[in-house]
Amino acid sequence: MTGIRLAGSTHAARHPGAVIEAAGLACAYGGRAVWSGADFAIGPGEFLTVLGPNGAGKSTLLRMLLGLLPPAAGTLRVFGAPPRRGHPSIGYVPQRRALDSELTIAAADLVALGVDGHRWGIRLSRRRGRERRDAVARALTAVGADSYARRSTGRLSGGEQQRLQMAQALVASPRLLLLDEPLASLDLRSQRAVSRLVADLRGQHGFAVVLVTHDVNPVLAFTDRVMYIAGGGVSVGTPAEVITSENLSRLYDAEVEVLTDSHGRLFVAGLEAETAHPHSPRGTHQ
Amino acid sequence: MLTLASQGPASFFPGPGWNLIADVQDMLSYAFMRNAFAAGTASAIVAGLVGYFVVLRGSSFAAHAISHIGFAGAAGALLLGINPILGVGALSLAASAGMGALGKRLRGRDAVIGLIMAASLGLGVLFTTMYQGNAANALAYLFGQIFGISAGAAQLTVLTSVVVLAVLAVLYRPLLFASLDEEVAQARGVPVGPLSVGFLLLMALAVTEAVQVSGVLLIFALLIAPGAIAERVTRRPATALAVSGSLAVLITWVSLSLAYYTPYPVSFYVPALAFVCYLGARLATARPGPHWPLPGPWHGPRDTGARGRQAATVRM
Repeated sequence: MTGIRLAGSTHAARHPGAVIEAAGLACAYGGRAVWSGADFAIGPGEFLTVLGPNGAGKSTLLRMLLGLLPPAAGTLRVFGAPPRRGHPSIGYVPQRRALDSELTIAAADLVALGVDGHRWGIRLSRRRGRERRDAVARALTAVGADSYARRSTGRLSGGEQQRLQMAQALVASPRLLLLDEPLASLDLRSQRAVSRLVADLRGQHGFAVVLVTHDVNPVLAFTDRVMYIAGGGVSVGTPAEVITSENLSRLYDAEVEVLTDSHGRLFVAGLEAETAHPHSPRGTHQ
Repeated sequence: MLTLASQGPASFFPGPGWNLIADVQDMLSYAFMRNAFAAGTASAIVAGLVGYFVVLRGSSFAAHAISHIGFAGAAGALLLGINPILGVGALSLAASAGMGALGKRLRGRDAVIGLIMAASLGLGVLFTTMYQGNAANALAYLFGQIFGISAGAAQLTVLTSVVVLAVLAVLYRPLLFASLDEEVAQARGVPVGPLSVGFLLLMALAVTEAVQVSGVLLIFALLIAPGAIAERVTRRPATALAVSGSLAVLITWVSLSLAYYTPYPVSFYVPALAFVCYLGARLATARPGPHWPLPGPWHGPRDTGARGRQAATVRM
């Protein structure tokens, strides 16, 4: 049980307009307790970066937010209600999976699934088809994917596929965007581009962001709040509050030092035995 | 042994004339040809449409296995004195339900499926041996026997096709979503588990129908080839479905006609035409890849390691 609690954040009623509210939230996976004691509230348009080592339960938080996994303890509310599957206001970009390189489906058609892919039956209305096409075109433009909208998804690069998945999530006009390791296995330049894109889109559309990453540095400038999960505990606060030698040492229960380089990038030293570097230039792949 | 397969009417080879309409009229003046065309067309449409999803989902091997289990059903039904196609249907559906219960799109279960497939084929051979009647009846299911189909069976086939197409229309969008992007589909509220089982059941019905045309051993020709070709030649799912369905119907029609006018069986023409079409599609789309109409910039070498996950699934 560690963490910088935000005043009053344990009381749900104090945050009437909150996008996410967690009180005493605990996470278990396969009957094993992963972490516990998370208290936080995320308001509209806020940017939450979730950090922590492999297997700390970062993605599991997203699964809980999506209603795919119930909280082990405590309460979790999304848009003022318990999480439920298929919430229309939540956009989700899962950890970049290997898209089949033989997948010939056009990029725009993959994005279009975000509009009405979950609906039963076939689309009969011509007007709906036009609306769908327009929405897809807007989303593709928003993520800068116009140039390859008609190309085969499987032939695109990792960064391009990442943008498509972002467009697929955006096309439904979410108020909350969940991104699981969007920067993993991208080169440094793409990491910056994708981070900048998420920040810009948040500026334009005003949705809240929960972004899971190993490396805080590409998103540090845009991050309002950090949730650091390690050693079964959770610490939530501003980056300056959470990513400190003292706080992380307590979380990891080990002597850990946070170093800052001349560009303001953060490095965690003392965790060489673990894969827990917030900065891992090679992008450890899970 | 091969003479058992799908004989057209023996010693009866009318030569085709130059008038196509007259030729078709000539063919369709026979009841067995009308039944064959009705059942063949209905099976082909279903095989083409379901087959596209089989290819998308990488479930070709499961489809192949279901057909083999169906053969055990046919042989078992004959032994029990039931209509063999009902045996195929019953066992195919049971096998699909079992695979669905095993879950998760059957990835990495190739060994188990293969073993069940071999065991089923063996069981089918055993039943055939035990069967006192004409073993050709059972063995016909290995290579198809569309010219032998009865009017009642043809009607049942058409009816099954209507049901499968109706269900497919309802499932279309979520099924496409789940086939391409299961994780996101699930997050968007698509019940991917039940959907997967539902699709396997549709696949069982498609297999049962297609077995009548191409037989158990040649099921890939009708169920997989048109879908695989469609996936190669177009990038739009709706277009691909249209291509796949049309292609399956075309292959069936041409095969039935050729088999009518030549001494060779349907079960030769269907896979042969499917193969030729696939070869043509591959050659047409070989270089520079399915990039038209917009040639794209070169994107450097692919990181094949990271995206090899689905590569292990059986593809044609």
